[in-house]
Amino acid sequence: MPFGNTHNEMKLKYASAKEYPDLSKHNNHMAKIITPAIYELLRKRQTPSGFTLDDVIQTGIDNPGHPFIMTVGCVAGDEETYEVFKELLDPVIQDRHGGYKPTDKHKTDLDPAHLKGGDDLDPNYVLSSRVRTGRSVRGFCLPPHCSRGERRAVETLSIEALDTLSGDLKGTYYALKNMSDAEQQQLIDDHFLFDKPVSPLLLASGMARDWPDGRGIWHNVNKTFLVWVNEEDHLRVISMQQGGNMKEVFNRFCTGLTKIEKLFKERKHEFMWNEHLGYVLTCPSNLGTGLRAGVHVKLPNVSKNAKFEEILKKLRLQKRGTGGVDTAAVGGTFDISNADRLGFSEVELVQMVVDGVKLLVEMEKKLEKGQPIDAMIPAQK
Amino acid sequence: MASTFTRMIAGRYPAALLASLGAGTVAGGLLLSDSALFAEGKRSLYPPSADFPDLRKHSNCMAAALTPAIYARLRDQVTPQNWTLDQCIQTGVDNPGHPFIKTVGAVAGDEETYEVFAELFDPIIKDRHNGYDPRTMKHPTDLDASKITNGVFDEKYVLSSRVRTGRSIRGLSLPPACSRSERREVERVVVTALAGLKGELAGRYYGLGDMSDKEQQQLIDDHFLFDKPVSPLLTCAFMARDWPDARGIWHNHEKNFLIWVNEEDHTRVISMEKGGNMKRVFERFCTGLKQVEQLIHERGWEFMWNERLGYILTCPSNLGTGLRAGVHVRLPILSKDTRFSKILENLRLQKRGTGGVDTAATGDTFDISNNDRLGKSEVELVQQLVDGVNYLIDCEKKLEKGQEIKVPFPVAQFKKY
Repeated sequence: MPFGNTHNEMKLKYASAKEYPDLSKHNNHMAKIITPAIYELLRKRQTPSGFTLDDVIQTGIDNPGHPFIMTVGCVAGDEETYEVFKELLDPVIQDRHGGYKPTDKHKTDLDPAHLKGGDDLDPNYVLSSRVRTGRSVRGFCLPPHCSRGERRAVETLSIEALDTLSGDLKGTYYALKNMSDAEQQQLIDDHFLFDKPVSPLLLASGMARDWPDGRGIWHNVNKTFLVWVNEEDHLRVISMQQGGNMKEVFNRFCTGLTKIEKLFKERKHEFMWNEHLGYVLTCPSNLGTGLRAGVHVKLPNVSKNAKFEEILKKLRLQKRGTGGVDTAAVGGTFDISNADRLGFSEVELVQMVVDGVKLLVEMEKKLEKGQPIDAMIPAQK
Repeated sequence: MASTFTRMIAGRYPAALLASLGAGTVAGGLLLSDSALFAEGKRSLYPPSADFPDLRKHSNCMAAALTPAIYARLRDQVTPQNWTLDQCIQTGVDNPGHPFIKTVGAVAGDEETYEVFAELFDPIIKDRHNGYDPRTMKHPTDLDASKITNGVFDEKYVLSSRVRTGRSIRGLSLPPACSRSERREVERVVVTALAGLKGELAGRYYGLGDMSDKEQQQLIDDHFLFDKPVSPLLTCAFMARDWPDARGIWHNHEKNFLIWVNEEDHTRVISMEKGGNMKRVFERFCTGLKQVEQLIHERGWEFMWNERLGYILTCPSNLGTGLRAGVHVRLPILSKDTRFSKILENLRLQKRGTGGVDTAATGDTFDISNNDRLGKSEVELVQQLVDGVNYLIDCEKKLEKGQEIKVPFPVAQFKKY
């Protein structure tokens, strides 16, 4: 909760062992890493805005495990969370991001010219292509902790900046609380509308407070570039289109992001970024690039192959259902995206998706003809 | 109002605020004095008007009572446990309105909430409790079940009878605010006390986190098991945190006296039976409550109670007696009569579905219970329920025979104490 959490002072009267959560049935990164000693050390601290250890880990306590993905189980309430609680968050980050060390540096590369190929994924298989990331506005608390005033300020700033975009990126903002029924239906039909979070992962961290105040969706006229305001992060930036031209999607993504960053800077606001963690976002899983590049692709044969999981792992890809993170795949159509976020640049991650999906589609074609794919299985990336 | 300050924000460089506190302080977290300074800075950057919630689509008691002026005076106040107004009202901000009942929209984090935030809670209490004024009125407590008359119903109509209330342990924060240790302490205090109950009341505790599958199934079959709250009214009030840690169910071996630990209140005490013997249900209720109170006194604890508000519970709607006495009753003809709602209203009764507060009634069987909680004693409310249900059954019988029924005069409001 905002403006200092001196409620923590009351808890400090109780011994650390008495406050320590019961994590015996838990399976998330936080539960794996936290110990009574870490808890005792960190419970006395708070960030400048008053975010405490219990605030960081509440979602992980309330959500012991997720059936499809190993969840992180902690969130940041502000930029400083990652510093103040580093004894917990550094090992969580290391666990989640393939061994990324506290001394490692993250590289940012948003130059779409560096992407090789990606404009020719077979549209008979690849139904749609999408790239998303998040951005946080420095100086404001993040969605788990922000006050209504801060959330509204982020919204106002975002609208001002987005309103000045022009050309292919010119668009309109739809505040969730003012939407007409017709606008709402259109946004649902376009698959743009985000709804009040129902996932317990988000609810337990306080991100749904005051819904729908300060939330909204901006999109360009062509409906290929979209910004969510104040959902799980300050901003979620999405570039998407039907078909397999990931290169075009990524071009627009980079151009749009770079322009938005410039517009914020003109208004004396930066995005939260540092050279160790890259872009700072609410969930530690989205640090670095915050980038998820993915396709909806038909792989009915490959997905039934015994080696499917192994192939994905080698390609550093992840599968989800086409309804998003909390869903299962239906009818052989999968959402395939990069598994990594931190320690690789944006270009490198999109390259992995482009190359990996190309290979998967070739495998699918081979299996359709009854041919084996064993020779095609790649080395670990 | 909001737009002037956002123009202010847009012009500033917020990192300057952090820099003013010294670059070296962040890594180790801030000392209390530094973070108090930072909070002060944030408060001037965001005056109360910036944070005032948008309640234009809301229809709960909190939204009706909260004004920008009240919010401005209370936003930066805290209870001795540092519980804030925003935390009290979050559930009301997040839940604009309920289809079946006018909800309260605010909860207490501790006993002092009702004092520190009296400027908001007093009008809410007045609104919810028929004009009861905590500043001028006193609430009567009376747990002498022998006073109840005509308390055995016709079982052709009444399928079951139940009385519930809640009790809070003084000195420990309430479910929206409590830390894990406080919650565990509530469990320890209550379970230790309950172990001292004897005879018809002797029983056993089942911790939610520890129960075996078999025990769980039995409790479900008995309709005793409470589940992790899914109602957003409760989850938005932070009551589901750390589930199922320190939550549990105690019941006597006879399975007619039951206590929920750390659900929506520290304790919920329930006496229930199949059939229509409400008098016996209430007798057991009173005996059990008094014995539990005695057992916790022996260990130096008490229940939260004062003469203005009676028993202090999490939701303002449960202040006073916290008592809901009700029956599951079949009223196939009366329930279709257009006067049904008015009859209930005048008898000061409420209907719910047989699944509880968030459900609608199905078929002809209703959960009928008292509307009021505060300003009348337990005995008065149970007698009111008894008289009311007898009246409803009488109407049903008359309608069965094609006879005329009357809408009764409204039951009298508060007496002077």
